[in-house]
Amino acid sequence: MIRRKISLGSSAGMERRNFLKASVMASGGLLIGFRFAGAAALASAETSPTSFMANAFVRIGTDERVTVIVNHSEMGQGVYTSLPMLLAEELDADWSKVGFEPAPVDAKYNHPAFGMQITGGSSSVWSGLEQFRQAGAAARAMLVAAAAQQWNVDPASCRTESGAVFNGSNGKLTYGRLAEAAARLTPPAQLQLKDPKTYKLVGKPIQRLDTPEKLNGKAVFGIDVKLPGMLTAVIARPPIFGAKLKSFDDSRARSMPGIRTIVAIPAGVAVIAETFWQAKVARDALRVEWDEGSMHDFDTTKMMQDFRERAKSPGTSVRKDGDATAALETAAKKIEAVYEVPYLSHLMMEPLNCVVDLRSDSCEVWTGSQFQTVDRANAAKAAGLPNEKVQLHTTFLGGGFGRRANPQSDFVVEAVYVAKAAGTPVKVIWTREDDMQGGWYRPAFLHAIEGGIDASGNPVSWRSRLVGQSIMAGTPFAAMMMKGKAYDPASVEGVDDLPYAIPNVTVESHQAEVNVPVQWLRSVGHSHTAFAVECFVDELAGLAQKDPYQFRRGLLQKQPRHLGVLDLAAQKAGWGKPLAKGMGRGIAVHFAFGSYSAHVVEVSVAEGKVRVHRMVCAIDCGEYVNPGIIAAQTESGAIFGASAALFQELTFAKGRLQQTNFNTFPVMRINECPEIETYIVGNKEKAGGIGEPGVPCAAPAIANAIYAVTGKRIRRLPIRMTEAV
Amino acid sequence: MIAFSVNEKRVDLDADPSTPLLWVIREYLGLTGTKYGCGMAQCGACTVHMNGEAVRSCVTPVSRAAGKEVTTIEGLSPDLSNPLQLAWLQEDVPQCGYCQSGQLMSAAVLLREKPNPSDEDIDEAMTGNICRCGTYPRIRRAIHRAAEMAAKGGLR
Repeated sequence: MIRRKISLGSSAGMERRNFLKASVMASGGLLIGFRFAGAAALASAETSPTSFMANAFVRIGTDERVTVIVNHSEMGQGVYTSLPMLLAEELDADWSKVGFEPAPVDAKYNHPAFGMQITGGSSSVWSGLEQFRQAGAAARAMLVAAAAQQWNVDPASCRTESGAVFNGSNGKLTYGRLAEAAARLTPPAQLQLKDPKTYKLVGKPIQRLDTPEKLNGKAVFGIDVKLPGMLTAVIARPPIFGAKLKSFDDSRARSMPGIRTIVAIPAGVAVIAETFWQAKVARDALRVEWDEGSMHDFDTTKMMQDFRERAKSPGTSVRKDGDATAALETAAKKIEAVYEVPYLSHLMMEPLNCVVDLRSDSCEVWTGSQFQTVDRANAAKAAGLPNEKVQLHTTFLGGGFGRRANPQSDFVVEAVYVAKAAGTPVKVIWTREDDMQGGWYRPAFLHAIEGGIDASGNPVSWRSRLVGQSIMAGTPFAAMMMKGKAYDPASVEGVDDLPYAIPNVTVESHQAEVNVPVQWLRSVGHSHTAFAVECFVDELAGLAQKDPYQFRRGLLQKQPRHLGVLDLAAQKAGWGKPLAKGMGRGIAVHFAFGSYSAHVVEVSVAEGKVRVHRMVCAIDCGEYVNPGIIAAQTESGAIFGASAALFQELTFAKGRLQQTNFNTFPVMRINECPEIETYIVGNKEKAGGIGEPGVPCAAPAIANAIYAVTGKRIRRLPIRMTEAV
Repeated sequence: MIAFSVNEKRVDLDADPSTPLLWVIREYLGLTGTKYGCGMAQCGACTVHMNGEAVRSCVTPVSRAAGKEVTTIEGLSPDLSNPLQLAWLQEDVPQCGYCQSGQLMSAAVLLREKPNPSDEDIDEAMTGNICRCGTYPRIRRAIHRAAEMAAKGGLR
């Protein structure tokens, strides 16, 4: 086996003293009788008398079970499989013995690039690549050393395979049998990592470790956590953002069955009862008076009119190549378009919830968190306790999409306040309506673009002006994320790096101040910039009377990876081949979160209804771990993007959100779901993300396909043929 | 007192008869595999069987279960031996997994009524079950695969 030497000291931001700490530990039971881990991990905790904690990321039981401690949250994207695969690869573990366990909150589990425990930015695999490989290699080295000692041979003469160390005529010793001896050894100072060419697991479509328990009801999500003596609370929340509680009348509610406490907290009025349904019925029976505040007449139609006006004047400069304005004046032909996208809700299938057990000197929190460091700190602050007195247990997340990484930890902090009032462990459950109306949306955006071409049809000028709210401004992370810029990079990502060869490019940003709480939603700024950019490129192709695919190709000659996915999607989709009557084909390409994505989409339009029939997706995420998960995430992203493009819009009138549930904010259903094909560009480029890059191309590819079949342009989402121009 | 059975076990319940069956299953019986998603029969996460029919337990008052047999995901098969569970495993269907109990319970009724369903049959039977992660292409494949398995081995 070819191994390459690397020094542990060079590992990205990892502290060696945290990373390599070996100890024999009695396997503690998991949390209060709940299964928070894979079957293998559970078995390990229950049956293994001792285990070898090689480092923060892996525990090996004397029963052969290998438990990988994962510092990223499982919200569907597959990290409880892909990160253990990396560790098991270097460990040469027996995959059938590998399980997972969510990491507790601890600095040693911080994201190597972000310095906090967080799951986001499609970063889990690329940021964990070295971390998990090294953890596996370190454990392997200690097991080999233990075996070599027993046999009295040179460790270099041993080899490992499928959970055991082998040495010629000495035979083999399994990892379980070596666990206790290995735990007494000092971690190695130098590690050898495998040559990727020798990988046995990584790169293969291994089935997910968390699937079995998601098929028989055993998987524990936050909403499923139950503690002895626990009560359940539902909160009456302000109907308008910024509204303040004036008074409430609970005369009916408090005499209802099962009601224990009704109390005002900063988030609203909490109704604490024995069961959810009792709390919900009593909550609905409250009469609450609100001071509506400054947002009482907020209206999204009016807001978009304001955005449109604002886009007429120059904004903060984001990018300036050449002189786009002058080039527009001399262009042979020019065109302008204004694109609009609405507020969007994350709409995870599992509504927000949080369980808190608050004691006088400690606090335990159970929730599906994407943001453990921040959630624990905010919980500690609300509880009046130091951070180290607060434990946060990460459950499975019934979807995240960014909502469960809230800078204010809104759904955690309020639960701490409820627990204070309850005096018992308490679970706060948001109804679907609470969840949809509770804010922290993808901000609405307006994106005005002007472009021009020369007499040969080559683009000579591009001027983008975006108007929308910043998701970073006002948060504790503004300084870190905005990096001293006068604009929010998350507002303009995906247009600030416009990849097309156009000599004069201007991108400007207007930051809108609106008191609607906004936040990152799956693919963040790319969720809207790709729509505007890729639709406008199509409009320029139309102006130049060129084929949209060939037009893009011509402008991407210096962007090989864009070109790679574009060509792959076009080829697999049969670009240029005739389609059935009434069908149109659209294309889009985009770079986001370290990965390149292209979609070719086939649609039909009948009686104003758009039907997406086929989506061909090409993805280049560089070096990858599990192609099965990559295909799943690419399909997932395409459907997420198509849902938003076809159906989704949050609107406000008189300060109140008009949408409440799936009936007014629809999600694509199986009968509307197209055939989806995913093709992965295999290469050894730096690993990119996969949770988000599949989203951005869906909307523009669909819109461009609609143009192909109807000759009408879509400039506003969600798509309505009555608004097509 | 409301008497019914859940997963072949008798339940005698002293609760407000208007309480949705979903919350009785989850909170009184501790069977948390059945999920809350919308509370208005829009998403299907709460799907269970009542006398063999798929019902949305979030809008079914527990009084309607009186005298009936209720089956939840925990009763579909204890050991993942149902062809649907096997097919879901082989196709690696779940992502976040939250909706999958409801998807499986809807699919179980479909396969009982149409052992060899067409894509249109799948559309019709599964349209009431939302998956926000977008596992639909795999759900479709898994239902076809389960139908094949059941045809060979018989559906439990």
